[in-house]
Amino acid sequence: MEKTKELQQVEDQFEMFQILDEKGKVVNKDAMPDLSDEQLKEMMTRMVYTRIWDQRAISLNRQGRLGFYAPVAGQEASMIGSQYALDKKDWILPGYRDIPQIYYHGLPLHQAFLWSRGHFQGGQMPEGVRVMMPQIIIGAQITQTAGVAMGLQKDGEKQIAITYTGDGGASQGDFYEGMNFAGAYNLPAVFVVQNNRFAISVPVEKQSAAKTIAQKAVAAGIHGQQVDGMDILAVYAATKDARDRGIEGNGPTLLELLTYRYGPHTMAGDDPTRYRTSDEDDEWEKKDPLVRFRKFLESKKIWSEEEEDKIVEQAKEDVKAAIKEADSAPKQKVTDLIDITYSDAQPESLKEQREQFEKKESK
Amino acid sequence: MAQMTMIQAITDAMRNELKNDEKVLVYGEDVGQNGGVFRATDGLQKEFGEDRVFDTPLAESGIGGLAHGLSLTGYRSVMELQFFGFVFEAFDSIAGQMARLHYRSGGVYNAPVTIRSPFGGGVKTPEMHADSLEGLMAQTPGLKVVIPSNPYDAKGLLISAIRDNDPVVYLEHMKLYRSFREEVPEEEYTIPLGKADVKREGTDITIVSYGAMVQTSLKAAEKLEKDGISAEIIDLRTVSPIDIETIIESVKKTNRAMVVQEAQKQAGIAANVVAEINDRAILSLEAPVGRVTAADTVFPFAAAEDTWLPNEKDVAAKAKEIIEF
Repeated sequence: MEKTKELQQVEDQFEMFQILDEKGKVVNKDAMPDLSDEQLKEMMTRMVYTRIWDQRAISLNRQGRLGFYAPVAGQEASMIGSQYALDKKDWILPGYRDIPQIYYHGLPLHQAFLWSRGHFQGGQMPEGVRVMMPQIIIGAQITQTAGVAMGLQKDGEKQIAITYTGDGGASQGDFYEGMNFAGAYNLPAVFVVQNNRFAISVPVEKQSAAKTIAQKAVAAGIHGQQVDGMDILAVYAATKDARDRGIEGNGPTLLELLTYRYGPHTMAGDDPTRYRTSDEDDEWEKKDPLVRFRKFLESKKIWSEEEEDKIVEQAKEDVKAAIKEADSAPKQKVTDLIDITYSDAQPESLKEQREQFEKKESK
Repeated sequence: MAQMTMIQAITDAMRNELKNDEKVLVYGEDVGQNGGVFRATDGLQKEFGEDRVFDTPLAESGIGGLAHGLSLTGYRSVMELQFFGFVFEAFDSIAGQMARLHYRSGGVYNAPVTIRSPFGGGVKTPEMHADSLEGLMAQTPGLKVVIPSNPYDAKGLLISAIRDNDPVVYLEHMKLYRSFREEVPEEEYTIPLGKADVKREGTDITIVSYGAMVQTSLKAAEKLEKDGISAEIIDLRTVSPIDIETIIESVKKTNRAMVVQEAQKQAGIAANVVAEINDRAILSLEAPVGRVTAADTVFPFAAAEDTWLPNEKDVAAKAKEIIEF
């Protein structure tokens, strides 16, 4: 397709925002966010912790000790950096891969594991934790985010609602509807697309003729930005800007974070060698978010191998403890599920069915 | 007491709840300034302000998502789908999302959302406006489905639906909107969801129905009366969950039963009622339970609508067939 000059002009405005290059060098000093050394170290700690947790989750899945799991390695900067820019009272509406963000927003690790196992206690958000359960229907969370943001706006809260989807999610009708509603009502919402290049196997080039996903914001009349999703500082700064825009009454933002998942789509039999080359994998591993940020911290002399080793050990221990806690959850019963189908009174016919299952389960 | 049409009773119920609870919001396409394409929300924006009663962009899935998100922040939505044939656009947000919210969150979150929508045949709409799709909704756990047959019930049921803490699909038959008036109290009252109403007592046959077909069945009952047949008419009012007890009590008295619905025959509400009667009262029956329904086709183009829809003659004929079995 030969694109018209008018279209090219629009597309060319969306350049990738970066602060740290692949070697960990600051290439955009002016954009450097105001973060203390402690905060920088905390961000690194969380990325290391998440990578270890991810490795452990993959092996637990292989042992049959976890259920549904979507690996996160490669996407740590996108996930951790964007969540780090939030306030505790902001809302998160995640997709199924976005467990690290909701963990750092307050969902205990053992509950994340219970969710993976398909236990209803995994979805029980603790009091005050403003998180929706991970969404399975691609894009449904995006229209819901407009609703949460509207509620926050009506209550006069200086908070935002943030949601996550992938590059495939940007093809859904709900993606456009959610952004369009948020724009029309000037809502404090942030729509994050973690563009990891593949919607399971279909490459982003086959999803859309658009050069960037960020430019799709133009159609909704809202701000859009493309960000290096392997650069945690850029992700943090862009999310913080988007958050400020929302709470200052200047409307929603679409953020496209360019990233890559090293592993399979999920642990349920996906084989990335069917649709990706090892050259592409190698190319992206050179951009690794941990390597890059580690170099940056080392150049500031605030990071050491010993420190990192301690975090690795801590992560392994925490996972072990969380699995133990998940194992101690009560056996899930059908009668429990019947009891949570309605929040008001149960229909008579369901009461009868409950009695039948009570008998079946007492055997 | 005032004489009201069904649509006036519906507006009155919303006004009552907007006054009663500041968390109640009313919105949808053309709902604000214009007062709805049928004027169901006429005057509400003026009275309660744009913050409470407002127009939405034209996107049904987006409206459903909005309601879902507003639930998470403690709001109680009355969202309008302009015609229920458009529900396919919002099916995930209703059946996939809101109906499961309480369940998926292990009981932590809930979706107090009323999905109001006009539907129903006999008014010669274009396609995708008139379909009876309640059967699709009724199979969804976590969802309630309410269909009033008259102005009095419309008000009491809508207030109950809005106060319900789970999502309720509230379907308004277009033909009933302005077809007759009746006494409707100006003060508030509720009619419990899941409770049927015996509209007419009888001894020979039980006719179970809902929505506009209740009026059709009542007319048929008058006809049958002249032929010496006493029909008991039950208005389900809520088609999910259905009031099995009232149906069974009646069938045990009359020993004969039939179900009348405007929807197609396959699956659906009537089939469910028949199955419940078979499960619980088969030994009381003198004849198989009958069904009067539309044909298993797509809702017809307007020119064939009158024949396609069940009418009072169809109902009376079926009743006689069952009596004579």
